Amino acid sequence: MIKAIVVFNNHGKPRLIKFFQHYNEDMQQQIVRETFHLVSKRDENVCNFLEGGRWASGKNSDPENLIGGSDYKIIYRHYATLYFVFCVDSSESELGILDLIQVFVETLDKAFENVCELDLIFHVDKVHYILQELVMGGMVLETNMTEIVTRIEEQSKLEKSEAGLAGAPARVVSAAKNLDLPKLPSNIQLPNLPSFR
Amino acid sequence: MALKKVKGSLERVFDKNLHDLVRGIRNHKDDEAKFIAQCIDEIKQELRQDNIAVKANAVAKLTYLQMLGYDISWAAFNVIEVMSSNKFTFKRIGYLAASQSFHEETEVLMLTTNMIRKDLSSQNQYDAAIALNGLSCFMTPDLARDLANDVMTLMTSTRPYIRKRAVLIMYKIFLKFPEALRPAFPRLKEKLEDPDPGVQSAAVNVICELARKNPKNYLSLAPVFFKLMTSSTNNWVLIKIIKLFGALTPLEPRLGKKLIEPLTNLIHSTSAMSLLYECINTVIAVLISLSSGMPNHNASIQLCVQKLRILIEDSDQNLKYLGLLAMSKILKTHPKSVQAHKDLILQCLDDKDESIRLRALDLLYGMVSKKNLMEIVRKLMVHMDKAEGSMYRDELLSKIVQICSQNNYQYITNFEWYVSVLVELTRVEGTRHGSVIASQMLDVAIRVKAIRAFAVEQMAQLLENSHTVASSAQRNGICEVLYAAAWIAGEFSEHLRDPRGTLDDMLRQKVTSLPGHIQAVFVQNIMKLYAAILVKYEEDEDNDGIREVSDLLVEKLPMFVQSGDLEVQERACCILQLMKYVKKLQDKDVSCADEVAALFAGELNPVAPKAQRKVAVPEGLDLDKWINDPPSDSSDDEGPANSLFIPDDSRMMNESMTRPVVEELSDDELERRREARRAETQNNPHYLKLGASAKGSKYQEVVNVEDIPVANIDLSVPLYVPVTENSPQSTKRLSDKYLEAERQARKRDKKRRHGKKSKRRHKSESEEDVPVVHKVDIMGGEMPEGATESGDEGNLELDDNDPHKLLDIDLDRPLDADEKLPVRTHRIVSPSAEDRPVEEKKKHHRKDKEKEKKRKEKEKKKSKKEKKRNKSGDDSAHPSLLIATELMSPGHEAIPSPGEEEEVAPPSAPVKKDTTPKKEEPKDDLDFWLSGQDAPVAVEVTAPEPGAAADVDSDAEDTSRHKKKKEKKAKKEKKEKKEKKEKKKKSKVANDEDVDSGRRDGFEELNSDGPPLPPMSSYRLLAEDSNIKMTYETRVQSQQGQQLIVSVIFTSLAEQHLKSLEFNVMDSLNTKMDRLPGATTHDGVPVPFQLPPNSFNEGQFAFQVQSINVAQKLRGTLTYTIKTEESSTSEKLDFKLYLPCTAFLIATPCSSDAFARLLQGGELSSKYSIKLSSGGAPFSHVLAKVCFYGHFAIVEQIDQSASLYSCSTQGHHICLLVKANGGGDVSIDGKCADGSLLSNVMEEIKVTAS
Repeated sequence: MIKAIVVFNNHGKPRLIKFFQHYNEDMQQQIVRETFHLVSKRDENVCNFLEGGRWASGKNSDPENLIGGSDYKIIYRHYATLYFVFCVDSSESELGILDLIQVFVETLDKAFENVCELDLIFHVDKVHYILQELVMGGMVLETNMTEIVTRIEEQSKLEKSEAGLAGAPARVVSAAKNLDLPKLPSNIQLPNLPSFR
Repeated sequence: MALKKVKGSLERVFDKNLHDLVRGIRNHKDDEAKFIAQCIDEIKQELRQDNIAVKANAVAKLTYLQMLGYDISWAAFNVIEVMSSNKFTFKRIGYLAASQSFHEETEVLMLTTNMIRKDLSSQNQYDAAIALNGLSCFMTPDLARDLANDVMTLMTSTRPYIRKRAVLIMYKIFLKFPEALRPAFPRLKEKLEDPDPGVQSAAVNVICELARKNPKNYLSLAPVFFKLMTSSTNNWVLIKIIKLFGALTPLEPRLGKKLIEPLTNLIHSTSAMSLLYECINTVIAVLISLSSGMPNHNASIQLCVQKLRILIEDSDQNLKYLGLLAMSKILKTHPKSVQAHKDLILQCLDDKDESIRLRALDLLYGMVSKKNLMEIVRKLMVHMDKAEGSMYRDELLSKIVQICSQNNYQYITNFEWYVSVLVELTRVEGTRHGSVIASQMLDVAIRVKAIRAFAVEQMAQLLENSHTVASSAQRNGICEVLYAAAWIAGEFSEHLRDPRGTLDDMLRQKVTSLPGHIQAVFVQNIMKLYAAILVKYEEDEDNDGIREVSDLLVEKLPMFVQSGDLEVQERACCILQLMKYVKKLQDKDVSCADEVAALFAGELNPVAPKAQRKVAVPEGLDLDKWINDPPSDSSDDEGPANSLFIPDDSRMMNESMTRPVVEELSDDELERRREARRAETQNNPHYLKLGASAKGSKYQEVVNVEDIPVANIDLSVPLYVPVTENSPQSTKRLSDKYLEAERQARKRDKKRRHGKKSKRRHKSESEEDVPVVHKVDIMGGEMPEGATESGDEGNLELDDNDPHKLLDIDLDRPLDADEKLPVRTHRIVSPSAEDRPVEEKKKHHRKDKEKEKKRKEKEKKKSKKEKKRNKSGDDSAHPSLLIATELMSPGHEAIPSPGEEEEVAPPSAPVKKDTTPKKEEPKDDLDFWLSGQDAPVAVEVTAPEPGAAADVDSDAEDTSRHKKKKEKKAKKEKKEKKEKKEKKKKSKVANDEDVDSGRRDGFEELNSDGPPLPPMSSYRLLAEDSNIKMTYETRVQSQQGQQLIVSVIFTSLAEQHLKSLEFNVMDSLNTKMDRLPGATTHDGVPVPFQLPPNSFNEGQFAFQVQSINVAQKLRGTLTYTIKTEESSTSEKLDFKLYLPCTAFLIATPCSSDAFARLLQGGELSSKYSIKLSSGGAPFSHVLAKVCFYGHFAIVEQIDQSASLYSCSTQGHHICLLVKANGGGDVSIDGKCADGSLLSNVMEEIKVTAS
């Protein structure tokens, strides 16, 4: 099982947080901070694994301790300004997870066309949707990149076709916003306009 | 400018989207918190609006804020609102927010059940997918219970995209609702052989997760996995399976044997490192589980080690790391193989990567020998000085201790060296392993008698410099060594050079800052020292000295009396009073040294850790009996009592401190026991006897410390260098001199040998050449009389909190009648359930059980489908009335691509799918599979021939083929094994037949030597033309008294696509077909799929039937469109749907007692008899046909007669007595409460069975 997937940048700013077991927000932030602390001090050319039990023995607030003890490993990869960190238990293959991270990043690259940190900053929702095609509830769902990309594109199409409907009034509203109206009605009822299509 | 301002303010007031939020946060780096607070206010306003688009936008923003650490649980209800939107875009936003912020305790989740159910059954597969995705993150026990059945249905969806998600989410359902596991497991197992690799991988994933925690329940799946392993090319699946095998092998060594070869093949053939690595891991697991020593397994080990070496030598640090990790597993069982690669591992110690160094350290454990121990430890000590971070340093420290102390100090030849190393280790800054060092010091000093003098001197040094170590009063810190130092100096004070000085050291004011348990030891040992000094002074008649030292104690001890630690206080009080008494005596000039010394007489020996447990309970003592009546209920105020004393983590020391039982014995007894022990040790070669070195052994001669040659060489090095001056970098280590000495000695040795040119030269590398300076007392510790050391007790049990504990469920046991997934029903009216004969828990035949299992599984499937259908009938929100296993939307679907075709066309009739022989192999089969052959034989499954009606036929064929195969195999076996195999084969054959017979609804005994049973199929032909053929089967379910499902298999005979299929039946007064809401009786029900050429698919149609005691014949029409490239033509096919009375019967098992009661009860008033001719077929065949076509279950069979029982959907009991009257005639007498039903049923039987 994958217990958590976290993406943060070189300064430890979270760009994606996905926990497959519940922690409250403060704990999540703490885990991100401490994971960052562990991962960031490692050299570029050292191995990509950190073992739970060992590191957790240091402080009892270490992330692996939070995530459940010595059975857990942190597996991460560092791409440009971003760290992709997976916390997994012993049922996952270490090299397999490294591959999975690679698939994830390559899919992002395809979906965003030369993905960079800014893409993740502004489209974190989309990143989530892509991740949902790869991993579900902590288990690997799909690793075939073409399949994933096809599904993502189909969903985007679906979204666009819906936006044709909902987008029109939204555009009108935003146009209206630009006018200097003294008072806007406090709740504009944006009607669903099915007849427009 | 002004416009811009206005625009800006407006934007903030209204509709700020996620983009704006992110940008805003980035622009407000200085007052981020304030900005976000403002945004949250806006979001709250937006959420109050009715527009769903605005709400969705707000929720999207909240999801982003959640990532930044803001609690958004207050918006949970709004999130649900957005989730319930009809639009995919918003729904997705909602589900994302829910998956990020909801959890088991989120209360609003209970509102979501119906919404999620609706989404799961949505026609848009992406709606269903996001619902499944979301659900996987916030599954609760309630949701799991309520939705388990819906997810089960999705597992058979035609879309792999949904199927694989449904399969994966089952795991989450099992975790929260363990009762679902058994009913759902057969289908999950089916999915292991799903045509879609994604679904297959999902199923493997789920079962692997389940099996990881409770492996023994999944052993029976080994053959399926084995087949997958040898056939799959998906590395993900392979890795999972291979990992699973790694978990299973410890439970079943035979499995391991079978695995070795295919795994070895994979190791040789694969190019994927990940797969290679997992294969090696599992091979290692197999080798560990097998008793070693088999020659061909040595080859496997060599192969593994070889491949691992390649990994370790790789420049990729990840491979290096994993290689070392796997190597350490081999080390445990096959240390020799790993030792060959010592060079490589030592090299890794210098790696720049800390993780790799740590791994290499683990391996060092097995690398050391008597010869290189000093060298390796020195290397580690150097590392320790260089190491950054206390963590790695601590790891090094504990490793050094572990390496040195392993196997009872097997590799230590010179304990002076080791004690020096330990003393040096006390200089490590900020270590948490003080107690580890302390226990080593104690252990060595106690057990290696020859080293005591040296150790005591070193300890005196430590005490002298105690101010340096005492500075860190942290628990488990380095100050712990003072515990050992004080104890050793006190206990073995006869070796002290300057007892008085040491006593002064121990009485320093600084000591009171030490932790309590250490002070306690100080107090005790101050007294011991005092006693020793007293004895000495009295011998010398140094009265001034006596007075002075006594005064000193009386003066200093009060500082301990004031200690906050109770233990210290108590001991100090005690000893202070004693001192005052002694002093009083001394003032009277009474010499009392001997008495004081007698307080500490006797030798202390380590007590074995298990000694306490091994103390035999005296006869007549019942430990469980109350001595006094138990106190009422005031046990709360009993605090933890043991915290006063040394905590458990220092058990080792604790035990060595505790005076064993010996203390209470009289002197005589003491002496007697000592004598006995001496006699015992005399014969023990491991037991070192002081001064008893006249054994002639050349190495034991040097035992005497004074005679050690090394000591002479290095006299220039002051032995008493204060530890503090021994700064790590500048001065040479104390312990190094031993290393050098050894090197020199070895050099000398070599020279000598060289000179001699002895033939033994090649042996010079052997272990024995290293002179052993000290020997360890191997005694494991004192044990109570008669007790012996034994292995560790206690098994690994899953933690009570672990959800997997609840999933430890036997999956091979057949399903019970009440084990069903809860289905949402409005009102369960089950007339049959009440008066159905109670099934008695009688001793069933194994075969019976087998049969029952099959039947129930099948019944369950039916019931699920029906219930599902029923649900949609009840719920007008569901547009589709179709029960089809597929949730396709009518008419919405694009023409299936060639890839999808395969899924649309399963190899056999779907209902029968679960009963192909392979999947249902019972446990005994596993034994056969495992014991059968050493060489791996892929368990073959012959896919049943496509063709709707051929399923039973092919099953039977399959079985016979199976048999033949086994026979062939058996012949190949060696002769001496042959007999055994034959037996097993027979049992296997019998098993196969069991399975087979179980499959035939109700048919029980099959004469294994009789002629083969004619093929029977419950599918009848409905209609056929040149384009399409329809066959159908009827299904009913006990709780749905008026409902009947007709499952129609449409087989395309045309070369073109058939589409727009519509199935219509003219309703009669008695029987009505369920149609789409709003449809009239003239509208047909659209069939939810299209038929590509040469494919077939199954559609199900539900009927409501009023009365079941008359057979029905319904006229109907199928309309469909043939689509060619240019045109499409409409076609029509008329048919007559025959619904016999037997269709409403359910073969229900009934015990013979209940059967007899039924007959005697008088309820079954109607009687009917028929006679039919068997046409030469054996009785068993006739019986089988009656059971199969009539849906009866056998209650009892005696020779040529049998009693049968069945129950109708509306609760009628039907009892039959079938008798063979010579001459091929069979008579059947029936009893039932409803006469017309009985007569109709029996007339039907007459037709079908003869």
